[in-house]
Amino acid sequence: MTIGDWLTESANWAFLFLAIPTFVASVMVVSSRNVVRAVLYLVIALGGSAALFLMLGAEFVGWTVVLVYIGAVIILFLIGIMITRAPLTKSVDLSHPISAKAPAALLSVLLFGVVAWAVVESFGLETIPLPEEATRTGEIGLSIFTSWVIPFEVVSFVLLAALIGGIVLARKDEPAEVP
Amino acid sequence: MIVTPGWYMALAAVLFSIGGAGVLVRRNALVMFMSIELMLNSVNLTFVAAGTGLGLIEGQVAALFVIVVAAAEVTIGLAILVAVFRGRATANVDELSSLGG
Repeated sequence: MTIGDWLTESANWAFLFLAIPTFVASVMVVSSRNVVRAVLYLVIALGGSAALFLMLGAEFVGWTVVLVYIGAVIILFLIGIMITRAPLTKSVDLSHPISAKAPAALLSVLLFGVVAWAVVESFGLETIPLPEEATRTGEIGLSIFTSWVIPFEVVSFVLLAALIGGIVLARKDEPAEVP
Repeated sequence: MIVTPGWYMALAAVLFSIGGAGVLVRRNALVMFMSIELMLNSVNLTFVAAGTGLGLIEGQVAALFVIVVAAAEVTIGLAILVAVFRGRATANVDELSSLGG
């Protein structure tokens, strides 16, 4: 297979069209000097990956990413910026100085090596074609409520604990009232 | 010849490394949370790509669980950040060194 063959397929163009903005936006999230811009680049990165989920046929996961991440988590980040009074323009102390970046880059490259090795080791370089059809959401629901009921219940308790914990942690401590 | 799950996994590995670099390089707790979200999202991409490649629905189920846990994590993280900010008025993790000697 040559590059020319690879580029004649429209799905490959769609992949590149989504993967490159996702990659660039992710780099900007970790390198932007402006907190608000970093959040907005995170929107692009998450939107790109949501579209990649759709391309993989995982419709429910893709739209859940749009609703939960882009809808809720991004708003949480913006509220966090507001509460911590982060500067809305360029800030100087957002990243570590250059001297600390070299070990971080080295560790990151090592991390990539380990992950890439694990993927190649377990899947090899054989080509598995993607399915033609999207997964129906009903199948996911069936799977969750037959094989994965107990993890589902556990995860609902995690959400409940996070809800209560968030309120307890962020609440102001009122002085105890003297009757 | 179309894009195979391996391409998605390669992209996910790249995004995971970028997120890891962000956690190491940034020192504002909020932006570190954003990098962690990037890492979790790339793991989701791996889960779904592997599930699709193997013809299993469990990849998508696992990705949904990861999304729920990520939402819980960001809620608690921001609540802790608010609690810390109330006492210290900073989100810079370098200045939160009272546990060190």
